Amino acid sequence: MQFIPNVIFAILLGVGVFYFANNVKKLVRNIKLGKDVNRSDQKSERWANMIRIALGQSKMVRRPVSGALHIIVYAGFIIINIEVLEIILDGLLGTHRLFLPVLGNGIYGFLIGTFEILAFLVLVSVIIFWIRRNIIKIKRFLSKEMTGWPKSDGNIILYFEMVLMSLFLIMNATDIHLQEAGVGNVISQFIAPLFSGISSEGIHVIERTTWWIHIIGILAFLNYLYYSKHLHILLAFPNTFYANLKPKGQFVNNKNVTKEVQLMMDPNADPYAAPTEDEGEPEKFGASDVTDLNWVQLMNAYTCTECGRCTSVCPANLTGKELSPRAIMMKTRDRLEEVGKNIDANKGTFQEDGKQLLGEGYITQEEIWACTSCNACVEECPVNIDPLSIIMDMRQYLVMEQSAAPQELNTMMQNVENNGAPWQYSQMDRLNWVNEE
Amino acid sequence: MITVPIIADLFAQGKEPDVLFWVGSAGSFDDRAKKITRAFVKVLNKANVNFAVLGTEESSSGDAAKRAGNEFLFQMQAITNIEVMNMYNVKKIVTACPHSFNTLKNEYPELGGKYEVFHHTQFIEQLVEEGKLDLSKANLEVGNITFHDPCYLGRANDEYNAPRNLLAAIEGTTLVEMKRSKRDSLCCGAGGAQMFKEPEKGTMDVNDLRTQDALETKPNVIATGCPFCNTMLTDGIKNKKKEAEVQVKDVAELVAEALGL
Repeated sequence: MQFIPNVIFAILLGVGVFYFANNVKKLVRNIKLGKDVNRSDQKSERWANMIRIALGQSKMVRRPVSGALHIIVYAGFIIINIEVLEIILDGLLGTHRLFLPVLGNGIYGFLIGTFEILAFLVLVSVIIFWIRRNIIKIKRFLSKEMTGWPKSDGNIILYFEMVLMSLFLIMNATDIHLQEAGVGNVISQFIAPLFSGISSEGIHVIERTTWWIHIIGILAFLNYLYYSKHLHILLAFPNTFYANLKPKGQFVNNKNVTKEVQLMMDPNADPYAAPTEDEGEPEKFGASDVTDLNWVQLMNAYTCTECGRCTSVCPANLTGKELSPRAIMMKTRDRLEEVGKNIDANKGTFQEDGKQLLGEGYITQEEIWACTSCNACVEECPVNIDPLSIIMDMRQYLVMEQSAAPQELNTMMQNVENNGAPWQYSQMDRLNWVNEE
Repeated sequence: MITVPIIADLFAQGKEPDVLFWVGSAGSFDDRAKKITRAFVKVLNKANVNFAVLGTEESSSGDAAKRAGNEFLFQMQAITNIEVMNMYNVKKIVTACPHSFNTLKNEYPELGGKYEVFHHTQFIEQLVEEGKLDLSKANLEVGNITFHDPCYLGRANDEYNAPRNLLAAIEGTTLVEMKRSKRDSLCCGAGGAQMFKEPEKGTMDVNDLRTQDALETKPNVIATGCPFCNTMLTDGIKNKKKEAEVQVKDVAELVAEALGL
């Protein structure tokens, strides 16, 4: 009978990990719905980027307050997870603080002490985050895309972290052996007196209860990730690794267009020649749905944690236009999840649903045309997400597949075509400036 | 008097320029931008640079078409321009337009146009470094200058220093930074083909917001390095009725004036 807790623990752990693995599989499947793009070059630069930006948080600290708080929560998250290893082993083996005899009071005490200090700092930081969101009401958390689920999601994550950190500290505070030995109870010694009126059996029950809720909470949080903007804790790493390394002003040259243009301009090409090989359906220009985007753009969408730094520097958004780069990423993810669910519901194949990313309920043409392509959003993103590339792909679709550019842009393009300048001036007048004072 | 050699003429004489000056459509046709073009040529003449222009053989770089979504038109323009430039054996290009600079430097190589491309502020800085242009006596008693970073020079290509170094070298000026500058700079509102259309519905225009940024520094001159930024900020200054106190100038114009050209 004494093995029952171990068995229950093993089952819980198994179920938690199984569901998580399943969700990761779906996540990878959805990202792979995107088109291929080669980002396997310049490996050393990619590693350096990942280490500097994701691991080193270099872009986070450009905003010092949120950056510093984030580093505390991030460091706390990673370092306190070492303790989770002990918790899992204790749960499986039926031991209690397995590492204490192995590491000895000194090292173990140092580790637990570090975890407690971090847990306390994380708790404080998370409370400040909550205040920033809900009391100070910082503007970028109040945009219109941040109502409903995205708003709740932001708070749920903070509640999860508050509860987990509190449980961790209470668990230590009610661990009588730990308190009596005075090992690493840097913070919990101040919480322990709160339980002084309770019998030692009672305290033990509290200790066990918090221990169980803590580890169950961690497993629940792990499985919450897939449904949450909090996925960035995992995806920030591949996202910075696979990010664009070229100058930000360099937009992709569409290869299919190059083929056509070269054929048109080749004096030896026979315009009436039958295609030599079966070319299949002509490639669609630009993007109107998630499957027209590449997998890095789709990974970007899952990585976005909706911090809104992009939107807070977007010239269009700052001047009251509909465009918000954050909303572009959020809508891309929403649509991708919808497509994923459609595939799950239809035995692995997508059934046409009459919707697309560029259209009703998702991204509007008004947003797409408000962009100045200034790259402020790309520069600002702490994890190198590129909303601009999605906007540009959609413009390409609107112009090349739909001929749906704003009238003034059509005029501009006609001028370029007819007289080689965006305005209606003769090419023969290109040198008039030489003689004008 | 300015001297503007045309590449076809040089070619006919069996000569080649060291560098091609890509004037760009704005620099060729826009009344305000043409003044910048002329000022830059004065600097080139002063430094005895062996340059040439394509003249009537130049055509739109295709930047605006590409950013408006017309990839086909962009590549048609690019490949046509590349054919012309390769025929003249062009190796090095300088341009006073960050949009041309960006597309020539970054987007043309894949299409067969591999050149060393410079923004005019980078080029002038190089002339100074090589001792071909002397700024030690450059003097312009204008007071405060604030530099507005063009997006396609700054964030797009990480060049923030060349224009600032030139402005700092001019006696009689004080360089003041806007609260949003360099990589955090705010767009003037013209990029991504916005220059050619009315803005979407909003609470204000981007150029007015950027003009506010600039005016907060109490400038006498707003300097920039892009014909589009110049137009947008000039309009912004007019909207604020500050045209009597604040001038919008290109870095090349300030250098030319400081040298008495």
